Amino acid sequence: MGEISPFVILIAAIFTNNILLANFLGMCSFLAVSKEIPTAAGLGAAVIFVMTATTAINFGVYHHVLVPLGLVYLQFIVFIAVIAAFVQFVEMFVERFSLHLYHSLGIFLPLITVNCAILGVSLFMIIRKYTFAQSVAFGFGGGVGWTLAIILIAGLRQKMRYSDVPRPFRGVAIAMIITGVMAMAFMGFAGMVRIQ
Amino acid sequence: MADRGSPACVGCAPGTGPCGGKGMETLRSGVWITNPVAVQVLGICSALAVTNRLENSLVMGVALVFVGVGTNLFVSLLRNVTPRRIRMIAEVAIIATFVIVFDQILKAYYWEMSKQLGPYVGLIITNCIIMGRAEAFALSNRPLVSMVDGLGNGLGYAVVLAIIGFFRELVGTGSILGHQVLLSEWYTPNQLAVLAPGAFVALGFLIAIFNALTRANQTDEMGSQ
Repeated sequence: MGEISPFVILIAAIFTNNILLANFLGMCSFLAVSKEIPTAAGLGAAVIFVMTATTAINFGVYHHVLVPLGLVYLQFIVFIAVIAAFVQFVEMFVERFSLHLYHSLGIFLPLITVNCAILGVSLFMIIRKYTFAQSVAFGFGGGVGWTLAIILIAGLRQKMRYSDVPRPFRGVAIAMIITGVMAMAFMGFAGMVRIQ
Repeated sequence: MADRGSPACVGCAPGTGPCGGKGMETLRSGVWITNPVAVQVLGICSALAVTNRLENSLVMGVALVFVGVGTNLFVSLLRNVTPRRIRMIAEVAIIATFVIVFDQILKAYYWEMSKQLGPYVGLIITNCIIMGRAEAFALSNRPLVSMVDGLGNGLGYAVVLAIIGFFRELVGTGSILGHQVLLSEWYTPNQLAVLAPGAFVALGFLIAIFNALTRANQTDEMGSQ
């Protein structure tokens, strides 16, 4: 994987290998917050920030602590601990220094600890053997791609409130199906760049 | 997480419903009435990702049952000595332990499958089903019935995954568990089913069918969640 430029990975993570639409990561919070565009954008911003930072930290922890010590099998628990600690730290920091930001972003932070996209990006980074620059590009691109998808779907769901959906499909079922259509639309990007 | 897991327990009257502690009732509610995937829509990341083949779906189902039973047992055993404030961390540590054990077993005896599932075994840690059941059930119930609850929810997840995996593999490749069942002379596999959009649409339809089969008013509740 050493030869792919970080920029290509960034573009691929946003469009062709969208973390939500192609890898299904971050579905839980996706369904909960993709009803209004402002909420979706708020969570998206928080995800981009946390995902980029935790990917960088986890890269360092994995390659400079876990591998030398031969503790690679502990990666799951170490990664989730890093993510939880980082989110906690950011929450305290934001609350202390910017109350405005805390009110618009802070409420989403606890949600992020359990967002599988954050942990998923770290795990993909290990599996695909990315370098540091590639990992950071992948983390940032993954966050942007997730945010793009969630905002697009939130826009569709806002419109859908006025449409007459068959009764059993109301709520999550129709949201799933429109996400499927969105995933199909994103497959149109497939020829653009290719990773994996 | 906590608030997403708890609605399952609000609906039933104390002592009579799934939360009352009756083993069979608990099992039934996990598999059918409050099915974690189709009714509560939890843990769908992996439900979508690994269901492109039936075999993957089955292994993932086994993983969820294993982790769910183990986590619920230990969370329940430790429920009286865990300080309330750090219970989340304690739960995550217990879940991660079982996930690591399963991942190591898979890597040792079933390397091909471990490669296929990729990061999704590790992502069981952030699976809302496990955390939700530990938080909503095991934290306030005795060990044995908690294990049954973990088993029920794990099975409920496994059954839904098996159904989706069965249809996606059948439509997408014309085979079941790798055996060709639809003859290629008259059936052209629809590749879309094994790709990402197929997963979303399949789960959407499954949830709709579940809604139609169970209660009609469930949909309103879901819409407001």
